[in-house]
Amino acid sequence: MRWVGRPLPRYEDPALLQGRGRYTADLAQGARILRFVRSSVARGRILAVNAPPEVRIITAAVLGDVKPICPLLDRPDYVAVAQPILAHKRVTYVGEPIAAVIADTAAEAEDLAEQVTVESAAETPVVTLDQALAPGAPLVHDTAAQNTVIDARFETPDVAAAFAAAHQMVEFAFTSGRQAAVPLETRGAVAAFDSATGRATLSASTQMPHLLRTGIADALGIPESELRVIAPEVGGGFGQKMALIPEYVVVVWAARRFACTVAWVEDRLENLTASFHARDQRLHLRGAFDADGRLLAIDADILCNVGAYSNFPATCGVEPLMAMADMPGPYRVPEYRARARGVASNTCPMAPYRGVSRPVITAAMERLMDCAAARLGLDALEIRRRNLITEFPHTSVTGVVHDPGSYREAMEAAARVVDFGQFRARQQTARADGRWLGLGMSVFAERTGPGTPAFAARRMVINPGFERVELAMDPSGFLEARIGSSPHGQGLKTTLAQLIADEIGVAPKEIRVVAGDTDRSPYGWGTFASRSLVIAGGACKLAAATLRERLQAVAGQILEAAASDIEIGDGRAFVRGTDLGVEVRQLARAAYHQSHRFPAIAKTGLSAVATYDPYGTFSNACHVAIVAVDIATGQIKIERFVVVEDAGRLINPMIVEGQIHGGVAQGIANALYEEVVYDDGGNMLTGSLADYLVPTIAEIPRLEIHHLETLTEASVTGAKGVGEGGTIGAPAAILNAVSDALEPFGVGIFEMPITPQRILQLLRKAGCEAQ
Amino acid sequence: MSERQDVTFTVNGDKHAIRIEPRRSLADALREDCGLTGTHLGCEHGVCGACTVLVDDQPVRSCLMFAVQAEGARVRTVEGLAAGDKLHPLQQAFWDHHGLQCGFCTPGFLMLAVGILERDPDIAEPELREALSSNLCRCTGYQNILKSVLAAATEMRK
Repeated sequence: MRWVGRPLPRYEDPALLQGRGRYTADLAQGARILRFVRSSVARGRILAVNAPPEVRIITAAVLGDVKPICPLLDRPDYVAVAQPILAHKRVTYVGEPIAAVIADTAAEAEDLAEQVTVESAAETPVVTLDQALAPGAPLVHDTAAQNTVIDARFETPDVAAAFAAAHQMVEFAFTSGRQAAVPLETRGAVAAFDSATGRATLSASTQMPHLLRTGIADALGIPESELRVIAPEVGGGFGQKMALIPEYVVVVWAARRFACTVAWVEDRLENLTASFHARDQRLHLRGAFDADGRLLAIDADILCNVGAYSNFPATCGVEPLMAMADMPGPYRVPEYRARARGVASNTCPMAPYRGVSRPVITAAMERLMDCAAARLGLDALEIRRRNLITEFPHTSVTGVVHDPGSYREAMEAAARVVDFGQFRARQQTARADGRWLGLGMSVFAERTGPGTPAFAARRMVINPGFERVELAMDPSGFLEARIGSSPHGQGLKTTLAQLIADEIGVAPKEIRVVAGDTDRSPYGWGTFASRSLVIAGGACKLAAATLRERLQAVAGQILEAAASDIEIGDGRAFVRGTDLGVEVRQLARAAYHQSHRFPAIAKTGLSAVATYDPYGTFSNACHVAIVAVDIATGQIKIERFVVVEDAGRLINPMIVEGQIHGGVAQGIANALYEEVVYDDGGNMLTGSLADYLVPTIAEIPRLEIHHLETLTEASVTGAKGVGEGGTIGAPAAILNAVSDALEPFGVGIFEMPITPQRILQLLRKAGCEAQ
Repeated sequence: MSERQDVTFTVNGDKHAIRIEPRRSLADALREDCGLTGTHLGCEHGVCGACTVLVDDQPVRSCLMFAVQAEGARVRTVEGLAAGDKLHPLQQAFWDHHGLQCGFCTPGFLMLAVGILERDPDIAEPELREALSSNLCRCTGYQNILKSVLAAATEMRK
């Protein structure tokens, strides 16, 4: 029986469905509770931190020589800025931790924190890109001139000539509001100190337990062996939980200092204010086209408001550098010039968030295509046909290698599913009735599973590329796969079990995947960048192939046949073409208990390890949205949303579709609803879920998904990553659809989220009064 | 801090007599005093619905209700849904139809759906969508939550 390709229900689920999943806060029972005192001003000098004498507070002075977090890139255009674990002397954003208190209960800790007062001399903050870049603007960090912490450039030789020769030039500014990942479980940590071993164990809601161990050990100046990091059930991450944060350093420090168990569970206000944000970007884009609608050149000025500090290990270069490298997307772009800047401000720091820059650059590029098509009298499909990459491998102008995909085929399939012609007829009829319908599409590339070469190209000092897997079969024939990836809702344990099961010939339920525990799993990088199935999955396949050979050797000896004649399936090893066989569990028992009989596995036992480090592989998709815009209220309703996705071989199609569902929902949220808003003083105006509008089921339409399957050698399993595509492609399709709906008014959309207020403003500016 | 009070209620049929501060939310009482951590806290300001439990058969946000208000009430949480090893039809449907990913919102959605279907077993899809819009999920895009609840409704009508 084959397991790959089956929509197997997840092994993760029964515990979660019965309330037995253990998330970080569930482990805090009996712990002392730590609460942070945070800055209420965006910028200023700290004059004093005061507390009643009976309240013991932890401040930077108390932490002493605990080292700051200093994320690095090996690039001369990057300014490394160290982030103190607790602010001292200066505060740089609202929500920055300044002090901490500890009490027996959460309520008491909150009471104590309220008694701590911070005296500060507030200064006028720089909040927006314009404020930060204004001549003479106050500097967030003295070392970063013009508040610019990264300033990367790229240019091919003939950009100017291409623009000079252009038949048509399209130029616009595109803005993305600041967004937050909003995992339903906030961040949190429980650290326990074991006085017998001198070790601390940190359970934290993280996507990268090993890197946390490294980062915290470095900050505390202790060997990594003194710290164990566990990622228990993690209630969503989306990138927000793939960074070392000061809070975790303080929690571990306190557990060690006070030799007790200390817990911190972030509340939602802290999460929205002082966790990480993303996507605060402004692009200035110019595209040169020839008379046939072929792209000759792109010129992009990319500005990312990256907040007050960098992030470890991805750094604040993650958005600008991703935008610069991947701007051409699925299109042939012969000449390219880009400048990508990360700009510091007195706002919450940035971290990767599902899609990382690509939701924004894809929206901008897809708007560019539609605008150029309109100028050139082409339709949306035709201009893309003339520009999509069709020959593989394709090396982009920035040197990114695209393995085979189905960019053109996915678009044509989507056009067939939706029937553009029929829609145009319906659109005309609706317009006559004063109803404004629009159709928009996006075609995009989703870089997934980047290995060390991809991160080396970004010049990351910490290169989180490879994954290692350790497989071991116990004497009862049960398999354990220990992985360095750290899933948090993706169903990876089920998917990997399916992969291994087919390779070895045992059922997935006989396989336990162990992740998220630095004492149990090999050093790895965690789960992000749509990498875990591609890279950890590839390592599983390689290790499983080796283990199968070892099982074949043992079986061959037991059955007195050549190892090459042994097949394993359904938990049984047998001599090919005969009914002569042995149960895998008998074979395992023999391998352990009578090891003297099996010299072939004397050195390895029934175990195997493998490391996989691919270049990376591109998934692709086409999204089509049909929307109705109410020009009286500015409301946008999505009538239909179609995804044609190519993620290579689907190991578990049910899980793949789940990833697309969730990704598209976040893309819709990015396009229409969610925005972190600061006032001029750098105060958060969207500090609750009543203000920061995560969509409900009422806002997310039924999603139609179709699959294509391009198999490439870029992934040893044939599977491509699929975690981010939904979020990458959805905003572009929606923005194009809204622009199409409002075309009769001369309104085009170049910002996200496109809220009802903004629709009405644009209509008013276009001279259209509410009807 | 203020004086503690005695409160008695049942949770999943078991009597719990606890002594708590009046400011303690029902969610905190369930998690801290009753040891039932299946009820999750996602926002603590009544928007996300992760903490939804049934109080006398009505879905409530347990983060917005004081535990002392539950005096004498019959509280049901996710831990009481399954009958021994047999999952509740909603739990089974969420499993079969991939109605959960990270699982953090799941207990709240399950209890919300139990409340909805017990009140209106024949609820039509538009009304069901409206009712399910009480809670937030960040992983599933709600597609398979809807599918799961519709499948469970069919099963429960049998």
